Amino acid sequence: MMTSHPLIRLLDRGSTLFLVLLAAFAIAIPVSNLLMPEGSALHVSTYFVALFGKYVCYGLLALSIDLIWGYVGILSLGHGAFFALGGNAMGMYLMRQIGDRGVYANPILPDFMVFLNWSELPFFWYGFNSFAYAMLMVLLVPGLLAFVFGWFAFRSRVTGVYLSIITQAMTYALLLGFFRNNFGFGGNNGLTDFKDILGFNVQAEGTRNALLVISCMALAVCFLICRAIVTSKFGKVLIGIRDAESRTRFLGYRVEAYKLFVFTVSACMAGVAGALYVPQVGIINPGEFAPGNSIEAVIWVAVGGRGTLTGAVLGAFVVNYAKTFFTSGALAPYWLFMLGGLFIGTTLFMPRGIIGTYNNWRAGRADKVEARSAEAKAAAENGAASPAQPSAAE
Amino acid sequence: MATVQADPKTTSALLYLDGISVSFDGFKALNELSFIVEPGEMRAIIGPNGAGKTTMMDVITGKTRPDEGDVFFQGGQFDLSKLDETEIATLGIGRKFQKPTVFEMHTVEDNLQLSLKNDRSVKATLFWQSSVEQEARIDQVLDIVRLKHLRARIAGSLSHGQKQWLEIAMLLAQDPKLLLVDEPVAGMTDVEAMQTAELLREINKTKTVVVVEHDMAFVRELGVKVTCLHEGSVLAEGSIDQVSTNDRVVEVYLGR
Repeated sequence: MMTSHPLIRLLDRGSTLFLVLLAAFAIAIPVSNLLMPEGSALHVSTYFVALFGKYVCYGLLALSIDLIWGYVGILSLGHGAFFALGGNAMGMYLMRQIGDRGVYANPILPDFMVFLNWSELPFFWYGFNSFAYAMLMVLLVPGLLAFVFGWFAFRSRVTGVYLSIITQAMTYALLLGFFRNNFGFGGNNGLTDFKDILGFNVQAEGTRNALLVISCMALAVCFLICRAIVTSKFGKVLIGIRDAESRTRFLGYRVEAYKLFVFTVSACMAGVAGALYVPQVGIINPGEFAPGNSIEAVIWVAVGGRGTLTGAVLGAFVVNYAKTFFTSGALAPYWLFMLGGLFIGTTLFMPRGIIGTYNNWRAGRADKVEARSAEAKAAAENGAASPAQPSAAE
Repeated sequence: MATVQADPKTTSALLYLDGISVSFDGFKALNELSFIVEPGEMRAIIGPNGAGKTTMMDVITGKTRPDEGDVFFQGGQFDLSKLDETEIATLGIGRKFQKPTVFEMHTVEDNLQLSLKNDRSVKATLFWQSSVEQEARIDQVLDIVRLKHLRARIAGSLSHGQKQWLEIAMLLAQDPKLLLVDEPVAGMTDVEAMQTAELLREINKTKTVVVVEHDMAFVRELGVKVTCLHEGSVLAEGSIDQVSTNDRVVEVYLGR
């Protein structure tokens, strides 16, 4: 197993299937939306395109959570913060792109700043008119926060439920901060009324489809990065830390360095997810920092199957589809109860989640087949050996 | 009787403990504990529950800082009380836990792969490739602990005794100078215990070993110098016959 080609290690059956499906959606949805005539059975609405794009971003967030929760056992209940920070970085770029087309027609200041009687752009908004700079910040801001946060937390050996609680505190603190007008991110209302991205109208069908395709590509790339990490020896150390942290430490591994690295990578991925999410939904407000959002994302991972990567993405799709479906009908007021019930049900009856349960079932079947073939082989050998004896006796 | 007098800088001892005291909330787990282990030696540590055996291991491996006293490694070259677990492990001290602790979700092979003496940095493991020598080394270690036929098995599916041996194999793969082995035969059958004694004697041919154990038959089988701890300090030291006939040892530990 250790000597197999790195590419084979990277792309097992499930991963290949996942990437093929993702590619199929990334091609079929834009084709159907842009090329098929409206009213045709093969046409999907632009609403669906945006919805699917949103799910893909959630899938990427779930993937980033699974990388640390499923493989290192770090249960972050504040990953929504990294998602929202990435989203804000993108939002700031989009705000600067509005220019003088805003309600107050100020070429530099976004509307909310004019409304607050600010006379100049705060220093931390500098540079966000450049797309490249904004994209750098999408990675850098969540990554840096995760690095600093992780540095202190992992070095002090904060683990388990204590770590989960301080991640909640982190996202809650950011929520309170971002709600304040003088924090400089639009307060309560957040950042919205976006016009265009890289010169393309964010509302246009073409842009929406392009954003969907880019989101799928980002998910595929991040998925491959995660696969490369978890299938390497580094990944085996991570699982070692998850299952027997002190054993790993006494073997001479610097556990905090491992955790810090993977936590930072995960936060950057969450940031990318947030950045892709914002132009597709058209708004980023402080509500995205709500602790509940982070917990919901953890539920997606649990439902899909922790420690499987593909399961995390599947979970994000399944739960969010259910959310869209139920919150648009008469059952809307009961959605939170259903979500809670789903989490309890998963924990009680399917602790390994959808993919985990499926893998288990398949492994069990393979074992049976193997046992049967071993039996058959043994029987055949006996059969071959036993006739020799009577013939010798004759 | 066990007062160590050598100057830490000039001692030839591989492990040198002098006047170690550790207390937890007023309870003195170790009380001016002193003893030395010479290179190449195998030492058995016995003593009743709460005598401080595991705390002593914690002090040596950097898990617990001593309140007082000196812990030196390798002829006084390294002050272990100033290093952390990772640094101490890298110096060449391997530790087997009381409860067998292996990576249950990994195969036997992967357990050893992770234990082999290699660069432990994040970068090195991210871009690491196995090699023929590494595979051969794994085979060699598996041979020593007689688990070669289980190489591809998931460690979680091994029996209790096999896990103990796998953990010893993991220590060996680290190629340490000193092995600290905490209760290696707990939960083993008599036959397994005797095999383990043989295994440890084999390991002792090339490495220094400190074994903590309750099982007197096993300690007798090892046939090495014994240190009996009681209430955080050394009560008696010597051959198994000397120690087991010592009046104080009989009184507090062995019973009449």
